[in-house]
Amino acid sequence: MSGTYLGMPAFPEAAATATANGRLRANLTHATHTIRDKRAAAVGELTDWAALRAAGAAVKDRTLRHLDHYLTQAEEAVTAAGGTVHWAADAREANRIVTRLVRETGEREVVKVKSMATQEIGLNAALAGAGVRAYETDLAELIVQLGDDLPSHILVPAIHRNRQEIREIFTERMADWGRPAPVGLSDRPGELAEAARLHLREKFLRAKVGISGANFLVAETGTLVVVESEGNGRMCVTLPETLISVVGIEKVVPTWRDLEVYLQLLPRSSTAERMNPYTSTWTGTTDSDGPRAFHLVLLDNGRTDALADTVGRQALRCIRCSACLNVCPVYERAGGHAYGSAYPGPIGAILTPQLRGTTSEVDASLPYASSLCGACYEVCPVAIDIPEVLVHLRERVVQGGPATVRGQRTRLKPAKGHAAERAAMRAARWALDRPGVLRAGQRVAARTRRLHPGRLPGPGRAWTDTREVPAVPAESFRDWWRRTGGREDR
Amino acid sequence: MRVALFVTCINDTLYPRTGRAVVSLLRRLGVEAEFPEAQSCCGQPQFNTGYRWETEPLVRRFAAAFAGFDYVVTPSGSCAAMVRDNYPRIGAKAAAEGRGEELTRAAEAVVPRTLELTEFLVDVLGVTDVGAYYPHRVTYHPTCHGLRMLGLGTKPKRLLDAVAGLDLVELPGAQECCGFGGTFSVKNAAVSAAMGADKARHIMGTGAQAVCTVDNSCQLHIGGTLARLGSPVRPVHLAEILASTDKEQW
Repeated sequence: MSGTYLGMPAFPEAAATATANGRLRANLTHATHTIRDKRAAAVGELTDWAALRAAGAAVKDRTLRHLDHYLTQAEEAVTAAGGTVHWAADAREANRIVTRLVRETGEREVVKVKSMATQEIGLNAALAGAGVRAYETDLAELIVQLGDDLPSHILVPAIHRNRQEIREIFTERMADWGRPAPVGLSDRPGELAEAARLHLREKFLRAKVGISGANFLVAETGTLVVVESEGNGRMCVTLPETLISVVGIEKVVPTWRDLEVYLQLLPRSSTAERMNPYTSTWTGTTDSDGPRAFHLVLLDNGRTDALADTVGRQALRCIRCSACLNVCPVYERAGGHAYGSAYPGPIGAILTPQLRGTTSEVDASLPYASSLCGACYEVCPVAIDIPEVLVHLRERVVQGGPATVRGQRTRLKPAKGHAAERAAMRAARWALDRPGVLRAGQRVAARTRRLHPGRLPGPGRAWTDTREVPAVPAESFRDWWRRTGGREDR
Repeated sequence: MRVALFVTCINDTLYPRTGRAVVSLLRRLGVEAEFPEAQSCCGQPQFNTGYRWETEPLVRRFAAAFAGFDYVVTPSGSCAAMVRDNYPRIGAKAAAEGRGEELTRAAEAVVPRTLELTEFLVDVLGVTDVGAYYPHRVTYHPTCHGLRMLGLGTKPKRLLDAVAGLDLVELPGAQECCGFGGTFSVKNAAVSAAMGADKARHIMGTGAQAVCTVDNSCQLHIGGTLARLGSPVRPVHLAEILASTDKEQW
């Protein structure tokens, strides 16, 4: 895995490769089942979880309905508190703004808080192109960066790595990025964490520019909120002289009172903790404390288009907890990279095709990366009906239809490559809408049943490679009923 | 009380035994089910693959075929969930496309009356002991749409618990999807097969002679996987267990 999502194959191919990788499967199964079980226990402690979940969905829905109002309110509050607000319509604009802001400081390196928005826009690569080195300071993001790898999980970006692999990456790569790994480093978690701590400490103390995302943006005071476990985020938002936060426009919540709901929902759903160890909040700038310059870059990058879709917009409620990834049987086997974007798992399968569109092969394959088992919807703390959105997006892929692209209402054409399937679906519907034809087909199948091959050719091979074909009975139910009137017992 | 059996296209074509078991079981409980021959398929394969417009004629057909019945009973959690969860969505989308309320009315006509078999037994007939006898060790896999979309909860297990002679053994990881997922099983065959293999491994580990579900579409995948692995564990629909008596084993 090299550090880009560009040119990724469609989900089925990437997933097939990952599924065949025994070590990856073992890493993922162990990790997801551990978090899954802990989450269930943490959520089970609260008797009002269902009410909290409903509130979490309702507050987000209300905010999204009046997003223009709350964003303007947030902008005014941030500005009044000494910050500067920038608006970015897409990834390119956001990268351009951040790059310019960093260059204006004269610095050539920045420290980063773990952030999904900056992964989404490919900020590190854009900064590198401008001669600025971005250091990831979250432990898992550090592992990913040192390994020239890509994150495969929203919360645990290096979930696909085990500690032997991490030891190797630290030993081989840390020296290229700064302080080398201690000699004789073992794969004990404590030693690995200490190696990362030593490596990162010198960066925290040296860096003049910090870059973060945010979990929430409280509109009434213009306050940004980052929740984390390690404390690296606290370092990045307090030590540097300049802080730049790149935040998706859907992260806004109206008030602190609303924030309270999410500070309960998020930690239990993501790390299975009652409360996350570090909750950092900052509002503009403060004299002689923390950064002297603060910039907020508000990122659209497809979010307004998603908001225009009455079914798809619920994906914008997402608080990036990862509960849907941890419970998803498809994610557990395919791994995060197969989803071809910063957002893997069920939420990625509904978010990416809305943010990026469904024109590329991988994006058009994402809505199909699910058995529609519904486990994701069940655990989602803001009640996103992921299966509903998946089917809605499948429609967009094979039927086309109305959508908003870059703010313009348009009619999408069906994606290419579904002609045979479309013909088959149409033929099936034609036969199923004519019970006489269905009956005739059943009779042909019954009469020829001794001749049915055990291994099918063409698309049927995908079934018979691992599964037997069921035997066709001598008589369909329909024919039995017509013959007996339902009167014959066995 | 007029009760129609919606047998489902998969049972009609591949598992007629399940449909016959439902007829036999309901008769034993004093209910004469009718089989309207105009029925075919609920449209789930089309709808879940994204072909909503191809689903619409099947929604109309379903509503017309089952007009006039008090209950439409189906031995499939997945097909019942298709009707109850997705028919109203199909109606709403058609209305939003400026094509009127016809499909919404069709949905409204069938949604409240369409029940999965265990719902009909427990909620309408009010029985959990149906007088069945099935002297085998059985494990139960709660299929996803019955579990999460219909919220069947403990209904199937309560019915199984009351079956004389039946030894119900717990299935590890029971609530995990078997990997069928309709067209998912061929579109993402590798992941589907991996999920199926894990499910089969759990089932074989229980030492059960049969694996029971309320969905033969899932059984197509589970049974097909077990058979390929050379396992003697039999897939069996809950209706067939409940229809079995000491005089007649299904």
